[in-house]
Amino acid sequence: MSSEDEFMSGMSSEEDDMLQGSDNDEGSVDDFGFDEPEPDLGYSQKDDVQAKKKSFDVNFKVFQPKDIQAQQDGLIDEVNMILDIRKEDAAILLRHFRWNKERLIEDYMDRPKKVLEAAGLGPSATGPPKLEIIRGFTCDICCEDEAGLQSFAMKCGHRFCVSCYNQYLSQKIKEEGEAARIQCPSDGCKRIIGARSLDLLVTADLRHRYHELLTRTYVEDKEHFKWCPAPDCENAIECGIKKKDLDKVVPTVACDCKHRFCFGCILADHQPAPCTLVKKWLKKCADDSETANWISANTKECPRCNSTIEKNGGCNHMTCRKCKHEFCWMCMGLWSEHGTSWYNCNRFEERSGSDARDAQAKSRISLERYLHYYNRYANHEQSAKLDKDIYNKTEKKMIQLQSASGMSWIEVQYLNSASQALQTCRQTLKWTYAFAFYLARNNLTEMFEDNQKDLEMAVEALSEMFEKNVTELAEQKLKVEIMDKTTYCNKRRIILLEDTADNLANGVWSWSTDF
Amino acid sequence: MAFASRRLGKELSKIHGNLPPGITLVTAEGFEEWLLDVQVLDENPIYMGKLFRLMFRFSKSYPIEPPEVTFVNTTDRPIPMHPHIYSNGIICLDLLSTQGWSPVQNVESVCMSLQSMLTGNTKNERPEGDEQFVASNRRRPRDIDFYYHDNTV
Ligand SMILES: [Zn+2]
Ligand SMILES: [Zn+2]
Ligand SMILES: [Zn+2]
Ligand SMILES: [Zn+2]
Ligand SMILES: [Zn+2]
Ligand SMILES: [Zn+2]
Repeated sequence: MSSEDEFMSGMSSEEDDMLQGSDNDEGSVDDFGFDEPEPDLGYSQKDDVQAKKKSFDVNFKVFQPKDIQAQQDGLIDEVNMILDIRKEDAAILLRHFRWNKERLIEDYMDRPKKVLEAAGLGPSATGPPKLEIIRGFTCDICCEDEAGLQSFAMKCGHRFCVSCYNQYLSQKIKEEGEAARIQCPSDGCKRIIGARSLDLLVTADLRHRYHELLTRTYVEDKEHFKWCPAPDCENAIECGIKKKDLDKVVPTVACDCKHRFCFGCILADHQPAPCTLVKKWLKKCADDSETANWISANTKECPRCNSTIEKNGGCNHMTCRKCKHEFCWMCMGLWSEHGTSWYNCNRFEERSGSDARDAQAKSRISLERYLHYYNRYANHEQSAKLDKDIYNKTEKKMIQLQSASGMSWIEVQYLNSASQALQTCRQTLKWTYAFAFYLARNNLTEMFEDNQKDLEMAVEALSEMFEKNVTELAEQKLKVEIMDKTTYCNKRRIILLEDTADNLANGVWSWSTDF
Repeated sequence: MAFASRRLGKELSKIHGNLPPGITLVTAEGFEEWLLDVQVLDENPIYMGKLFRLMFRFSKSYPIEPPEVTFVNTTDRPIPMHPHIYSNGIICLDLLSTQGWSPVQNVESVCMSLQSMLTGNTKNERPEGDEQFVASNRRRPRDIDFYYHDNTV
């Protein structure tokens, strides 16, 4: 199934209106409530620290496992009281209704029997689920027919032996991570196996895993909730952005674990590029990986003396050791031109169609165009890694220097901020190239390319600072310079993102392709 | 392997010499890999006069887990043309995916489904993106997220 479908498998808009309603009743938050402190629940109060909201920021809230459990328990208690049913049954009903409390209560008031029946809680004449030995029974899974074979069937009547049921359920639970919606093993039967039947059919360790997975369904069932995809992170994020909004906003959220990701597609932050563009770009990169993979090379030849140059930092300003020629790693052009109005490193010179007479020439031009953007995209990704490496080395040396000179830790924090700025800005820059690849030229393109250029120059200037040696770095003068450059980078990033986000929201970008 | 082999043993004794027309068992040595030949019985011009070879591979959790089923190419058995069959023999069929599989299915029923999938087909073509898929795919068939765009074909 495509990821799009998975994303869609939420609810209809009618249902999500009701969800919103239930959120409000729960003392939870809606789009407008995020800034209000809720001290009683112990949420992290990062909102206080956050500067004023930018046009490309979306509202979101981080929930820890205990918050998620508390929300579920609250809903279960409520249904338990209103409908006067056991808590265990309330939980089953809520899961059945994908935690839509309002709809559950309404439906239950209307036709309690039907609701209980559908959720697998029907008051059956045969009492609670039980194992049976039926004369002449053959199990359709293992084909066993020996006498005394214990078997089980749900209301649908599809009967299988206990050992097959056990195998089937352990496959679903352990291997496929399913819980709330495991269907009858029979072909095409949609009957869901309920918790009570399950407890009868599986061993204790599976039962434990099953109930763990059931808890997880709370987040998975709610359209406005998603798990943080960082490995080992157990937090969930709530964000009101809907699928239909994704061509207008790029909803980047930041978990308490520091991971920044897109709420729309769960990939790492990809502002300013919208999700569909990202998906298309990544597919193109994967399909064309053979054509483009030479970028991973860390060495190139000096354009003047041909000696081999190795890139070991993130900075693209290269100086040949042998002939001292200064050039740009990306376009191999003169570096001296990169600080001037001649700077053209980010822009692809579109050649007019008349240059390309035959199909072969056309396809070469389109490949050149793709490689122009792909190389810059890939280069920022790689440079971000190299920046990080060099920062880590620098930090280590700084700590040594600190203990030697008695400087306090806080005095080198500016290097950490600089490194963070480089990482975030390169992440943004990287995606501006995918963005530019699909952009059709119009009067806004130039503005975008200027913003891209300004951010790129700011980033390279900051990145270059890390090539200084440690004693130089510790000097007050350089410290101020680095802090200024860091502030400037962050400012350029905000300007670029605000411009792209506003135009995206207003639907004024035009694309060279349909998304 | 006990679970899978017991079931496969029963399937084998049932199908020996008793398969529906157009389906024949080639080899079933051991309980890991079976080969069967399939033929389209009506006069579908795409498949007329041709035999196709299916390879079944079973994991130790068969039939809880679906078998891996692919067409294989031999000197006189081509890969059938079909908009859901890639030229490397990989079949895009919901029934064979983890989601669509039911443990009630068996080798015979899978063969029959594939036979009727061929019988009903009128398009002499490969799936979209066949060349690229065949060149780049390194995954096992059941791990591929096929998009079952059209379950009726
Ligand atoms: Zn059985
Ligand atoms: Zn059933
Ligand atoms: Zn996290
Ligand atoms: Zn996204
Ligand atoms: Zn040189
Ligand atoms: Zn350049």
